[in-house]
Amino acid sequence: MSQRQVLQVFEQYQKARTQFVQMVAELATRPQNIETLQNAGVMSLLRPLLLDVVPTIQQTAALALGRLANYNDDLAEAVVKGDILPQLVYSLAEQNRFYKKAAAFVLRAVGKHSPQLAQAIVDCGALDTLVICLEDFDPGVKEAAAWALGYIARHNAELSQAVVDAGAVPLLVLCIQEPEIALKRIAASALSDISKHSPELAQTVVDAGAIAHLAQMILNPDSKLKRQVLSALSQIAKHSVDLAEMVVEAEIFPVVLTCLKDKDEYVKKNASTLIREIAKHTPELSQLIVNAGGVAAVIDCIGSCKGNIRLPGIMMLGYVAAHSENLAMAVIISKGVPQLSVCLSEEPEDHIKAAAAWALGQIGRHTPEHARAVAVTNTLPVLLSLYMSTESSEDLQVKSKKAIKNILQKCTYLPALEPFLYDAPPNILKHVVGQFSKVLPHDSKARRLFVTSGGLKKVQEIKAEPGSLLQEYINSINNCYPEEIVRYYSPGYSDTLLQRVDSYQPLTN
Amino acid sequence: MATLARLQARSTFVAHQYYYRNSVVDVFRKKEYDAAVKIQSWFRGCQVRAYIRYLHRIATVIQKWWRGYSGREEYRLLVKFASCAMKMNFYNAMAVRIQRRWRGYRIRKYCFNYFYLKEYLRAVSETNDAIREALEEFAEMKEREEKKADLEREEKERDYQARKMHYLLSTKQIPGIYNSPFRKDPDPWELRLQKAKPLTSQRSKVKDKHWVSPNSWLECTSARSFPRSEVLPPIDRKQCQGPFRDITEVLEQRYKPLEPTLRVAEPINELNVAREEFRRQEWMRNVNDNMFLPFSTYHKNKKYTPLMHSSSKYGPNSYGSRHFRDENSKKWICDKDFQTVLPSFDLFSKYGKLYSKAGQII
Repeated sequence: MSQRQVLQVFEQYQKARTQFVQMVAELATRPQNIETLQNAGVMSLLRPLLLDVVPTIQQTAALALGRLANYNDDLAEAVVKGDILPQLVYSLAEQNRFYKKAAAFVLRAVGKHSPQLAQAIVDCGALDTLVICLEDFDPGVKEAAAWALGYIARHNAELSQAVVDAGAVPLLVLCIQEPEIALKRIAASALSDISKHSPELAQTVVDAGAIAHLAQMILNPDSKLKRQVLSALSQIAKHSVDLAEMVVEAEIFPVVLTCLKDKDEYVKKNASTLIREIAKHTPELSQLIVNAGGVAAVIDCIGSCKGNIRLPGIMMLGYVAAHSENLAMAVIISKGVPQLSVCLSEEPEDHIKAAAAWALGQIGRHTPEHARAVAVTNTLPVLLSLYMSTESSEDLQVKSKKAIKNILQKCTYLPALEPFLYDAPPNILKHVVGQFSKVLPHDSKARRLFVTSGGLKKVQEIKAEPGSLLQEYINSINNCYPEEIVRYYSPGYSDTLLQRVDSYQPLTN
Repeated sequence: MATLARLQARSTFVAHQYYYRNSVVDVFRKKEYDAAVKIQSWFRGCQVRAYIRYLHRIATVIQKWWRGYSGREEYRLLVKFASCAMKMNFYNAMAVRIQRRWRGYRIRKYCFNYFYLKEYLRAVSETNDAIREALEEFAEMKEREEKKADLEREEKERDYQARKMHYLLSTKQIPGIYNSPFRKDPDPWELRLQKAKPLTSQRSKVKDKHWVSPNSWLECTSARSFPRSEVLPPIDRKQCQGPFRDITEVLEQRYKPLEPTLRVAEPINELNVAREEFRRQEWMRNVNDNMFLPFSTYHKNKKYTPLMHSSSKYGPNSYGSRHFRDENSKKWICDKDFQTVLPSFDLFSKYGKLYSKAGQII
């Protein structure tokens, strides 16, 4: 009899514990409760429950802790300070898979907030146990462990190096080959976080044979997976020419171009980032992309999205055009310039406008044909207005000024240059007048047009210091025309004529 | 002596006369001398002048010849240089022509081949168009697939609804709600209901049915004892009215794990299985399958089968057991047996006494 009563006391206590921990776990899903929970001292209560006899209570306590730590970094710090991590790490090695998942969730929640917290996790030896979890049979455990490792490696290069030294990379590459989609996503995201910091880390990931598997997964229909895979490949390719060549050798072209047509915006963005990182290294790689028709695909992609999604595509066009004039010509014939000018005028954000201005400058700076192709689309006035406007950021002003300068120095398309005579600031006016002085001596039709459109008049009105370059240009323009015309258009000529009329005495015979 | 006196008287006269005549002559002498000197000097002058003139003429001739010669030499040099320069200019001009052609060819062929560039750009634009088309097709295909998937999903959804609402089918007596008598045609839902199979109540399967053996009681406990779902029941759920027991107790009781007795937990033929196992081990290990029977009483009735080798009718061969040497006395050369003590052999007794004397030291 009394034995049963004694046992009943224990059962009641167990029930109470279970109820408490389940309710706390549920309350922790809602952010408004967490402050109250924190003030009520939930951390110190949850900690002993982690060591409970009943496994369910342990797991639910770990789950509750994870949700709390996930919310903000004060709670995560409290988890670290409360010495909970060593216990978690120790039991990670031993317990069943539900507990492992919950414990990995806690580690992930703590590690994601700041590098110091992630360092604390590394210091208590969690990396080795997480790597052991990566070898577990249950895919949920692997996913939780890979997620935790990815969040730790995200912060900086030392933490990434620590993750790599724990031997995570080959196991992550194995995880990528597993059939579960969620696991593939998380493993790809972890590899991307590891390889983004330095070329050595990216080389380690490549040496584990990740590129071939990542390249195969580009064809997968799941869009979140494609995001992570493309992000991983672009983080690998961005560091050096060799890595970019290895990514290209995995035969991603032209498959990657289909990702540019995906419905998901971030897939498009990551695909254009990948292409940009490959194109920026050498002219040969850019040529490869152009030969595969990548430029047209990127231009279509720019046309179909808005905002920050466009930015990598715009930069890619700029990098391709910057390498050589043939590639710039290839960009022009793929109808890139109208698209870029649309971006320049439509986009509200300054950094995207700056990128578009830079790209246009790179396209137009090579030869007069290129400058003409850019000038024909009427972008030069837009660039000028961006340069002159006070609302543009400094970066935008600098980039548009450089673009204007580069294009103007090669532009011989006079109809586009004429508006510049009227409203350009003096430092740009110098270049405009210089271009006129180069073109007019050789082309009679242009001379006539120059006179009839009022350009000669405007040139006469420009005040320049004698001996300066501007004055020389003005003189060389004036030398193309007969004396009377120049005098006719010089300012104040009508006044002098009238003065002569006034002072003329008619001959009275 | 008279002449002497006369001469001496006349001597002064003679002296005077002599002096007078000499002095008269002297007066003219200077003149005549001067005149003669003048004439002579003039004549000498003429001579000398003529000579000088002659010399001048000759020197002029020589100089003239010399000047002509050196001038001609200079002129030859000038002509040579001029002709050289002309030739060089000509060669240069021709070389420039060749170089011009060559430079143009080289640039056009190797550095910047305009037509190649045009071809390349044309090929690039063709590739671009092809890629654009391909991507359009791909996007269209994706669209179509999505639409198809949507339609299928909707169809499935409607089918499921129809199966659930199967009881709303119209019967002969009562027209269903989708088959109003005032309508011309029955509602499409009516037709769907007719086609649908009724839904059985136990439709939902347990999603992840992992078979846990009773041996791993730890997992068993966690999987079965408390049904874990993502969403816990709301906290402030009021107790259902009525004589219901506490839900946790009920679930506890329902999902109480199996606690088998030892008799039940072990398989019923456990002993046989163990014996089989043991026998298998022995069969694997043992060389001889017969059981070892220690005392001869067990083998009492067994007949001994001797070896064929030793039990042949020709009798056992003593060779191999009694003696190991073949003894054939007819072949013996002498009647002495082998010596058991080996004599020493002489290693160097034959040194220098071989048949051939070649290479020997004498």
